[in-house]
Amino acid sequence: MSSRIFYIAANTLREAVRDRVLYNLIAFAVLLAGAAILVGQISVQIERLVVINLGLSAVSLFGVVIAIFIGIGLVSKEIEKRTLYTVLSRPVARWEFIAGKFFGLSGTLVVNTLCMAVGVFAALLYVSRQLHASDAWVLAAIYFIVLQFVITTALALFFSSFSSPLLSAVFTFCLFVAGSFAEDLRGFVGLSHGLQRWLATVAVYAIPNFSALNVINQVAHGDGVSGQLIFWNTAYAMVYTLAVISGAILIFEHRNLK
Amino acid sequence: MRRRRSTQIAAALLIVSCAGSALLLRTVDRVRNRATLQETLYVSSPKLLKRLSLGYDGLLADIYWTRVVQYFGTQHHKGDGDYRLLWPLLNITTQLDPHLVPAYEFGSAFLTVPPPQGAGEPERAIELVEYGIRNNSDDWHLYYDLGFIYYDQKNYKAAADAFDRGSKVPKAHPFLRIMAAQAAQHGGEPRTAQMLWTSVYETTHDPYIRDNAESHLLSLTADLQCEELERTVAAYREKVGRTPSSFGDLVRAGMLRGIPLDPTGTPYQLDDEGRVFVSQPADFPYSEKALPPGYVPRRALGTRNFNSTN
Repeated sequence: MSSRIFYIAANTLREAVRDRVLYNLIAFAVLLAGAAILVGQISVQIERLVVINLGLSAVSLFGVVIAIFIGIGLVSKEIEKRTLYTVLSRPVARWEFIAGKFFGLSGTLVVNTLCMAVGVFAALLYVSRQLHASDAWVLAAIYFIVLQFVITTALALFFSSFSSPLLSAVFTFCLFVAGSFAEDLRGFVGLSHGLQRWLATVAVYAIPNFSALNVINQVAHGDGVSGQLIFWNTAYAMVYTLAVISGAILIFEHRNLK
Repeated sequence: MRRRRSTQIAAALLIVSCAGSALLLRTVDRVRNRATLQETLYVSSPKLLKRLSLGYDGLLADIYWTRVVQYFGTQHHKGDGDYRLLWPLLNITTQLDPHLVPAYEFGSAFLTVPPPQGAGEPERAIELVEYGIRNNSDDWHLYYDLGFIYYDQKNYKAAADAFDRGSKVPKAHPFLRIMAAQAAQHGGEPRTAQMLWTSVYETTHDPYIRDNAESHLLSLTADLQCEELERTVAAYREKVGRTPSSFGDLVRAGMLRGIPLDPTGTPYQLDDEGRVFVSQPADFPYSEKALPPGYVPRRALGTRNFNSTN
């Protein structure tokens, strides 16, 4: 069972590399190098801040775009090219196919993020001449960004299991935006009453809380991230992802592929 | 053959259209009002911008801070003293990222400097730095900046208070206490200044700072004693109807117990107009009131010469 998931995941990763997904690293490198060199000349005393803020924001945005646009095609492309039928005609369960695809794309994003993280630290070393102990917290921010990707990939896969690629992209992107406003939504719950309050509370729990996974500005100022937050964010991301992937499997198991 | 010809035509079209669009863009820039190009704040609400940033507010604050620097540089270069957007831009920057300390430090300087070099809005500079202190209360640099804004405004009492608050922040530069004492002394509050200088004298391990504090304390003591003696001279004048010719007159009248001595043990001087001053003014370089008329003291280098970025 696990070897079948592994093969599907490895194949998904190989396919992403073949599709030149990792070419975004070139754009990222150019962006970061440009920022590291230019910001010192056009601004005052924020070279280090810009490298961290810009670097981590770019890691996050590039990754989310990849997660959405590759994620939505994971199922539909296989159906379109009719390769899904070949896979499923072998002793591969539908849930294994979904799980393999999820792990494959998540793996691609982890590799992509690791390369970008090396770039962020190289740029940081360039502008600061040395790394500080507080820079280690950048790794915590990158870890949280990876958790965001895992959730986004799961959402894209979920929507692509029953919807068209275009609609899946729209739904996933909307949930990403809504998830970024999670804190405001909580504030809205406090202000509303009756049915409105009930609906808002449901939305708070249904929408992924991406704002809790965003500590970019905090680490840019050298502030630490508590071990408790790391633990509970990890647990939250894992459980939320499990719920979304379970939903995707449930729908895909009952989907008529004829 | 046909394919080669179409390649050549496409390449030529590409070059011509690229050059044409660059030329047209230059024309469009000339036609547009400069104000439209540079002096527009499309979104002025920091709260709305924070929401639009989708959580990337730190990056947006960095962009806005760069915009502040560019705006100030451009307006400063133009030299017409128009800095209308400086405060809104700084407000947005610091609300997007309340921990962006350079925005408070440099922004307050941009706001304080009088036109045309700066915006000439010290009240807003104070507001900006106070907001910065509320969000970064453990950064002594901000108290230092606030103190100097008040100092420039000749509000020595507020300056002394700001320096004093800053000196209590952990890891604050020791010179802040000296600045507090100096501002209080300038502000005509010798008792406060004496207390602050005594605190500096008793707590510093630096021999230079200790000597400096001692010198200030001597000068302050001389100032206070001169004031007291001049009040006695005034009382004598009121009682007898003339200015005393020497301290001996005051002793004989029972208003002094003996010839008054300055903190170094040298007798004070009394002139024909009833003014009291020290005999050796070089020993009291920081005195405000005890120096002989016309004497210009030679003071040590200003205390502002330390590195504020420490």
